[in-house]
Amino acid sequence: MQHLPIFPVLLPLVTAIILLRKREGVDPVRRTISITATALLVVVGFWLVSRVAGGETLVYRLGNWQAPYGIVLVADRLSAMMVLVTALLALGSVIHASGGEDNQGSNFHGLFHLQLMGINGAFLTGDLFNLFVFFEVLLLASYALLMHGGGKSRVQAGVHYVVLNLAGSSLFLIALGVLYGSIGTLNMADMAERVSQLPAERQGLVRAGALLLLVVFGLKAAILPLYFWLPRAYSSAPAPIAALFSIMTKVGIYAIFRVYTLIFGAQADGLSNLAQPWLWWGGLATLAMATIAVLAARDLRMQIAYFMLISIGTLLCGLAMDSTASRGAMLFYLLHTTLINGGLFLLADLIADQRGKVGTRIVRSRKFKYATLFSALYMIGAMASAGLPPLSGALAKAWLMSTATLSEGLWLWPLLLLSSLAGVVAASRAGSTVFWRYSNGDRVSERLSRGKLVGTVLLLSAAPLLIVLAGPIGGYTQATAEQIADTGQYRSAVLGDVTSVTPGASADAD
Amino acid sequence: MTLPWIPLLTFLGVFVPALAIRGGRTVCALATATAPAVALGLVLFFYLGHDGDEVMRTSLQWLPAMGLELAFRLDGLSLLFLLLILGIGLLIILYTRYYLSEQDSMSRFYAFLMLFMTAMVGIVTSDNLLLLWGFWELTSISSFLLISFWSHETTARKGARMAMTVTGAGGLALLAGIMLIGKVVGTYDMGTVLESHDLITASPLYPAIIVLVLLGAFTKSAQFPFHFWLPHAMAAPTPVSAYLHSATMVKAGIFLMLRLHPALSGTELWTVIVTLTGLVTMVYGAWFAFLKTDLKGILAFSTISHLGLITSLLGLGNSQAMIAALFHIINHALFKASLFMAAGIIDHEAGTRDVRKLGGLYRLMPITTVLTCIATVSMAGLPPLNGFISKEMFFTEALASQQFGGLAWIVPLLAGLGGLLSVAYSLRLAYATFFRRPRQEPPKTPHEPPWPMRFPVELLVALCIIVGLVPTLPQSPILEDAVRATVSGEMPEFHLALWHGINPALLLSMAVIAGGIVLHLLHRHMMRFNRQFKPQDARYIFEGFVQRLVALCQRLIDRLENGSLQRYMFLLMAVSVLAMALGLADLDMLAGSLGQQALDPIVILGAALLIMGGVLTAALHRYRLISLLMLSVVGLVVALTFARFSAPDLALTQLSVEVVTMILLMLALFFLPQKTPKESSGARVVRDVLIATGFGGAVASLNFAVLTRDLNSISNFFIDQSVPGGGGHNVVNVILVDFRGFDTLGEITVLAIAGLAIFKLLNRLRLFMPATDMEGRLWSNDRHPTLLMVVSQTLLPLALLVSFFIFLRGHNQPGGGFIAGLITAVALILLYMSRGVEWAQQRLDFQFQPIAIAGVALSTFTGLCSWLFGYPFLTSTFDHFHLPLIGDIELASALIFDGGIYLAVVGATLMILANLGKLTTAHRPNKDMP
Repeated sequence: MQHLPIFPVLLPLVTAIILLRKREGVDPVRRTISITATALLVVVGFWLVSRVAGGETLVYRLGNWQAPYGIVLVADRLSAMMVLVTALLALGSVIHASGGEDNQGSNFHGLFHLQLMGINGAFLTGDLFNLFVFFEVLLLASYALLMHGGGKSRVQAGVHYVVLNLAGSSLFLIALGVLYGSIGTLNMADMAERVSQLPAERQGLVRAGALLLLVVFGLKAAILPLYFWLPRAYSSAPAPIAALFSIMTKVGIYAIFRVYTLIFGAQADGLSNLAQPWLWWGGLATLAMATIAVLAARDLRMQIAYFMLISIGTLLCGLAMDSTASRGAMLFYLLHTTLINGGLFLLADLIADQRGKVGTRIVRSRKFKYATLFSALYMIGAMASAGLPPLSGALAKAWLMSTATLSEGLWLWPLLLLSSLAGVVAASRAGSTVFWRYSNGDRVSERLSRGKLVGTVLLLSAAPLLIVLAGPIGGYTQATAEQIADTGQYRSAVLGDVTSVTPGASADAD
Repeated sequence: MTLPWIPLLTFLGVFVPALAIRGGRTVCALATATAPAVALGLVLFFYLGHDGDEVMRTSLQWLPAMGLELAFRLDGLSLLFLLLILGIGLLIILYTRYYLSEQDSMSRFYAFLMLFMTAMVGIVTSDNLLLLWGFWELTSISSFLLISFWSHETTARKGARMAMTVTGAGGLALLAGIMLIGKVVGTYDMGTVLESHDLITASPLYPAIIVLVLLGAFTKSAQFPFHFWLPHAMAAPTPVSAYLHSATMVKAGIFLMLRLHPALSGTELWTVIVTLTGLVTMVYGAWFAFLKTDLKGILAFSTISHLGLITSLLGLGNSQAMIAALFHIINHALFKASLFMAAGIIDHEAGTRDVRKLGGLYRLMPITTVLTCIATVSMAGLPPLNGFISKEMFFTEALASQQFGGLAWIVPLLAGLGGLLSVAYSLRLAYATFFRRPRQEPPKTPHEPPWPMRFPVELLVALCIIVGLVPTLPQSPILEDAVRATVSGEMPEFHLALWHGINPALLLSMAVIAGGIVLHLLHRHMMRFNRQFKPQDARYIFEGFVQRLVALCQRLIDRLENGSLQRYMFLLMAVSVLAMALGLADLDMLAGSLGQQALDPIVILGAALLIMGGVLTAALHRYRLISLLMLSVVGLVVALTFARFSAPDLALTQLSVEVVTMILLMLALFFLPQKTPKESSGARVVRDVLIATGFGGAVASLNFAVLTRDLNSISNFFIDQSVPGGGGHNVVNVILVDFRGFDTLGEITVLAIAGLAIFKLLNRLRLFMPATDMEGRLWSNDRHPTLLMVVSQTLLPLALLVSFFIFLRGHNQPGGGFIAGLITAVALILLYMSRGVEWAQQRLDFQFQPIAIAGVALSTFTGLCSWLFGYPFLTSTFDHFHLPLIGDIELASALIFDGGIYLAVVGATLMILANLGKLTTAHRPNKDMP
């Protein structure tokens, strides 16, 4: 199927068009369409992964224009993996949302699919300006979804979110202007080619553009000191959206990974690895800060948001370590943390439903039904997040740790282990208060939404599954890392034998 | 391939109780016991059926990229521990059946217990260090679950958290140690690591490895100063205390030291740390055991003390000491597990475990008394029981130790002191519980427990006696094989016996017993002495520490994340300026090789206007209306700039965007608060001016640098291909709808989403509607000025015509769907403003969301049509048709795509407007709506 690489973009778009034809509430038909389309997206994700698993890079030329002139979608192992994990996360979220959350405002499912379109487009595109467009799609869709259900805290958090991110978009545009103005193309493969032959007089310009771009991606990924919008936005978002948001920061991570390995990889001599030191120290600082914050959290959702921040710090360090081995481990960790964090956000909503006014605040409440079930699920999620065996977090963290060199390990190991310890302390304190401490009064017994439970369990089941299937999945992420290291393959897949570099360009290099 | 079955069996056992509980409690217990029983059988079968010195190993690939294998081994050391874990585990399952009350969930307890058993079995059979670590942390988790079994009790919750935190932290240290070992050896494979003694000890990382690994071992085995969690873990049900906190889990640390003994030991560092920690722990634990009044408290501290004894033997590290350590592991498990179970029986029957409330129980519970006393005698190290033999061996080693040079006497001194104290607390335990005249009645009148509950105690006590009388019984093959696994080199000769003749160890033993009896008699005085010290409860200290830490973190985070958008924005700007500055600093010179264009007066005037507009927008931000007008000046100058530098499309777009946004902003202005907040402080203004100047300077410099450099970009392709490839003379439009149509599709989606988002935002929002403007003037009564009405209505058809014209010419001349859409929108907005939302809504009876979505749909499906012809998404086509009368016209599929853009722009813009406008009408949502 030659059109396969664009399916992950078009399927949600068409679904959204169908769902948004009329502005009406939620009905079973819409839910069915939405869930079916998301399930189809999972199928597409698996299909894509199986197509590229062998090492082939699929290139889709939109409008049949040859790269670098037209826009291309590129599906390699990394993109396919990201699309698949997005689809899995979305499936859990949308099933959960169909348990009632989608009824709290208008157009939930349509916007949800537009958001998926934006995320998938960002993962697949091979063009930096197109990446900007998809960033906009997912930013606006996520802003709309963040507002879903209304309420003061959401509007407030939403303002911070949208203002900072719009500023980020402006910076993105400035960076694109500088990069286009100094490199002459925005096709990523072509940029990689051209950067390797960059005249010295333009090197500083490219560096400025690249570093500015790093700021934009860092804002998306939530690196210190740009993460402050995240905890409040994520903890006040409706649960299925918060869950889906756990891939949003990974869009930033992905963009950093793609751009700074492909364009500013080893071939970019003077400019190669220009992001790594920033990522390393920024990642470590984020990790340290999130470790402190996870202890400080007074609310379960906040705690989960900080667990996410810990994972972001970890991922950034994994990116910065810059060896194939650590990238393989980092990608495995990414799969784990995306799904588990999403599941935890969904779980927090289930808990809030049962606890009435107290919600997810970490204080004692009246006795509630299903406390045992939820405590078991919370334990699974928290243990996996903190990185305790026998769940996925432990394996992922240990693998990442084992790939650090000694001098890197000196920094990474203590911070990572302390973050695990802080996670254990925070989670055991929170869990024992929320589930085991009761104030007097009758037992609350709210109805348990089956949809919400199914969505939650679906995502949290990643914790044991990633362990059982660690061999094949770890093999895939390792192969992905190896493919990323071989940027020549990506370039030749996209550009073929066409090169936009004319003799004139190399002339002014002299 | 059979070894993995042992942990797998116990793991499957986790799920058995939940299924079997329907058959009743006895069935549940029996069913649960099946898995460990079969596993025990398998272990013996494997071990006996296996011959030769070769260690049994099985490994399955798991995550090869990491060096993690599902690898198991079965050697003498594993066997010894497996027998303890599975054997005592079975007894505990039996005991639990009678211990738990009807209210307790038996199936949950058994499930946790089996999980723990799996973890322990995993630890002792792992043949890969990472795998071992996994099981290691699993014991912390399952122990957390077991201690907190009675989760409604605060002591249980706190004890469980403390145990989990301390042992979990130790486990993380162990992981770091394992990582370092992996770095040194290059593999996590146990067999290789055990053979790498020289490599590891010679490494500069060796001290770090030792410290980290021992942190793991010491926290788990409750060595001083990490012992404090163990007494509080006694909040657990007694079977847990008997199983985890005396016989097995706390021995995991000991096991680790034994397992890694061939790789890590034999250095001065090891000896000093391990021996001294062990001895100090031994004396410390014994002293507090002597002072405790709670039966389980006494046993807990006694456990700490005995673990210290074993640890110190491991520190001494010669082969005789290892034999003594292994032998004492067996003995301690036998007598301590039985004592704990006996304590549970007493608690169960008498309703209390406080020795001050007990006494004289020998009359009421004679059999339990006999059993407990025998175990106590073994604990005290008196002949002829097993405890005596291993203690004698310990004394022998302590007296013979040479490691500390001139301070060598410290080892036997501490050893003797510990022994003396253990005699004393054992005597006190037995005397106060069974023989002293009771001072008060216990809550319940005790009687003998049901026989099956006592049976495990009987069996263990019998083993104590047998091992004491025939110490050679466990020697072969269990002890010998275990020693072989831990001691490298020649198998040492050893002979276990009660009587070795008169030797220094025996003399020390006798002195210790005499001293212990004296100390017991002085117990009251000792208690009085101890009362001078403020009682320290580790629980409060630990909990207080954690709470202070949490409060500190909260203060820090609250200070950083103060919810100030200004601060977050400042950080973003500051980081961006830094990023751009770093790049600019990298340039040799700002100006490139291209010459600068001559300045003409009009450009200068425009630039001055632009700067003025920008500065005034910021400076007058408190006067919103004026500020907004200044902003529109900026927009207009930008539009003019586009026109001046021959970009008519951009100029048109900018102009219409400017008009639409200004109108929408005016509408939004209406809802903003009347009062503007007070001016920022001087320092803040300076900061903001600096950052704004820096940012502007950086962007301007970049701009200048880019424009003065020659660029070879891909844009020539678009100019060359516009007509032959795209079928249009307007390159900008062809780029929008063809070359980069995918971007455009994305952008109109963004526009539609913006409309939906604003609807979502405003739908629920209830805003204050001011009756006056900012200066306090009332709004005009003339809501719909006639002149405006007339003009707008006349203009509407004209504007629609213009937009249609602009739309059609777009492909070849400045124009296109985007601009046309904006013009239509402006005309409709004008209508809305002049006639009011209600009037307009009645006449324009359509919803805007479907229009916007239809636009996106039209563009998408145009793109999809190319699939029918086997081309990728959005491939365009065009052709020339000859129509009679009109002549030659060109039709491009891109025109339909452009139509989608038009619809999306109109729909989205009006959606925003209509929703903002609706807020002012009766349609605004009121309180009652959800």
